Amino acid sequence: MEFLKEPWPWYIAGPLMGLIVPALLFAGNKSFGISSSLRHICAFCIPANISFFKYDWKKESWNLFFVAGIVLGGFVAAQFLNGQHAVAINPHTTALLKQQGLKDFSGLLPQDIFSFHQLFTLRGLIFMVAGGFLVGFGTRYAGGCTSGHSIMGIASLQWPSVVATCCFMIGGFVMTWFILPYLIKL
Amino acid sequence: MKRNFKYLLAGLVFGIILVKSEVISWFRIQEMFRLQAFHMYGIICSAIVVGLIAILIIKRFRLKTFSGEDIIIPTKKFHWGNVYGGLIFGLGWALTGACPGPLFAQIGSGFLVVTVTLLSAIAGTWVYGAVRDGLPH
Repeated sequence: MEFLKEPWPWYIAGPLMGLIVPALLFAGNKSFGISSSLRHICAFCIPANISFFKYDWKKESWNLFFVAGIVLGGFVAAQFLNGQHAVAINPHTTALLKQQGLKDFSGLLPQDIFSFHQLFTLRGLIFMVAGGFLVGFGTRYAGGCTSGHSIMGIASLQWPSVVATCCFMIGGFVMTWFILPYLIKL
Repeated sequence: MKRNFKYLLAGLVFGIILVKSEVISWFRIQEMFRLQAFHMYGIICSAIVVGLIAILIIKRFRLKTFSGEDIIIPTKKFHWGNVYGGLIFGLGWALTGACPGPLFAQIGSGFLVVTVTLLSAIAGTWVYGAVRDGLPH
């Protein structure tokens, strides 16, 4: 069981993730996808008479159980499988981020950006609040996220998903290379 | 509830994979977008390949669900939202270091402040729903 406590290499984690696709299909004809859960939460909590949120979300409630499971999985991994540790990223990335002003490399997320202390600073607001907004708005506008488009969509050979995935990457590159260095310095 | 329990279990497994492979790490996403490691590319590509082979097998042998239904995979139609929305999500992905799945896993693994990011993502989805008709698709 000790190997479970080590970080899992890509060639174990990736194929396991891929197996979620047939698992959900066999379990009940469900297409792997996460961002739809955000829509169902809107439809459930605050439909506000918006036509986009007027549908029978209860039929899609499996998706809410799935994301609740992800929260539990995060808890189990962190508590019992040594999920909290410094990440052995490329030293060049570390050096660059240090140069840009980041100090904390002790965990999965940098505490000097992602913490309650930082929440009401301009930098914290941009990374957590604005960032989250872009994720929620963008995924729904794009009709899916990394799971629904990049994995499920491409695995089922749908070209719109290839387009969407390329755009995810372009957006990420633009942010990382041209905007993020200024935002980290805030 | 009972009928949905299996999806809770599938999510649990997925959540553990996300944490143990460090996909939920902001640093891993930075490394990916800086093209300084193969890790994330390896994960996404091998997941696609395994998913692709599984779907090919399902189609080739016309496999059915456990309850005996035909397996149906909905077709995705192209619309310009795939492009505009994709770019917007990409910007947010690099900022938060998380796509929607990892947001849930980060919260579970103890980063409670990410609840704020998740609430903001829900707000983003809601605003999209509200302004949808005025956006190019």
